[in-house]
Amino acid sequence: MTFRKYLVLAGVAILASAGDSLLSRGMKQVGAISLHHLSSVILAILNPWVALGILLLLGFFASYMMALSWADLTYVLPATSVGYVLLALIAKFLLHEDVTLTRWLGILLISAGVGFVTRGPALTSPTASDNCMPDAAAPRVQS
Amino acid sequence: MRHLYTWGAITIIVLASTTGDVLLSRAMKQVGDVGRVRREAGWIAVVFRVLRNPNFLLGLLAMASAFFSLLFALSWADVSLVAPASASLTFVANAVAAKIFLHERVDHLRWMAALLVAAGVVLLAA
Repeated sequence: MTFRKYLVLAGVAILASAGDSLLSRGMKQVGAISLHHLSSVILAILNPWVALGILLLLGFFASYMMALSWADLTYVLPATSVGYVLLALIAKFLLHEDVTLTRWLGILLISAGVGFVTRGPALTSPTASDNCMPDAAAPRVQS
Repeated sequence: MRHLYTWGAITIIVLASTTGDVLLSRAMKQVGDVGRVRREAGWIAVVFRVLRNPNFLLGLLAMASAFFSLLFALSWADVSLVAPASASLTFVANAVAAKIFLHERVDHLRWMAALLVAAGVVLLAA
């Protein structure tokens, strides 16, 4: 794991939580969608908050794909859950919301989970290059 | 009734996003380390390799279904219920699916990580 790779993981966490918050804000403005007018969900993207949220989520998707190209799914998902912790810290120190004891406990559990998974190896699944390359035994240059 | 809709949507979100995650992860393992492919063949080659991968396209379809179910669920219930409920269930579902379908070594460290994060996400919303 290089510094660049940790940066990509941080990008996944930050863009996902920021994108979700914007979507949530936008959908509250759009209001409840009736089951009889399911197509009105398409019009929701006209809301500027939803549009901006989608833009950030596209950035999240690109960095998520990058991370999955060199790490396991069961590594990337817990490792990027620091986003939830970030969100709670932003709520406390920027938005001055009350962060309850239960929430601090939740933050503690997530941080412990992140600590657990990042202590292990990032990649354990067989990759295509292992299967296809005839010289798989040759030492691979680690970036 | 709204309750039923909400949990139905949450179930669909969890199933669709787990399917999507597994397919996307498989696709990106087939593409190979993006950093290495970029150095060897350039960014355009990376994008083409990803877009031509059938697992990627199927995964994208599954993710899009999950996304629209999320929009529905958010319009019926609070984000503080929908987001943590679907996220924490997806963490656990993904650990099971990654072991079965991607043959990842989900050892006790990773099980602990998935369960701790799932429990933590629930507490954040409590």
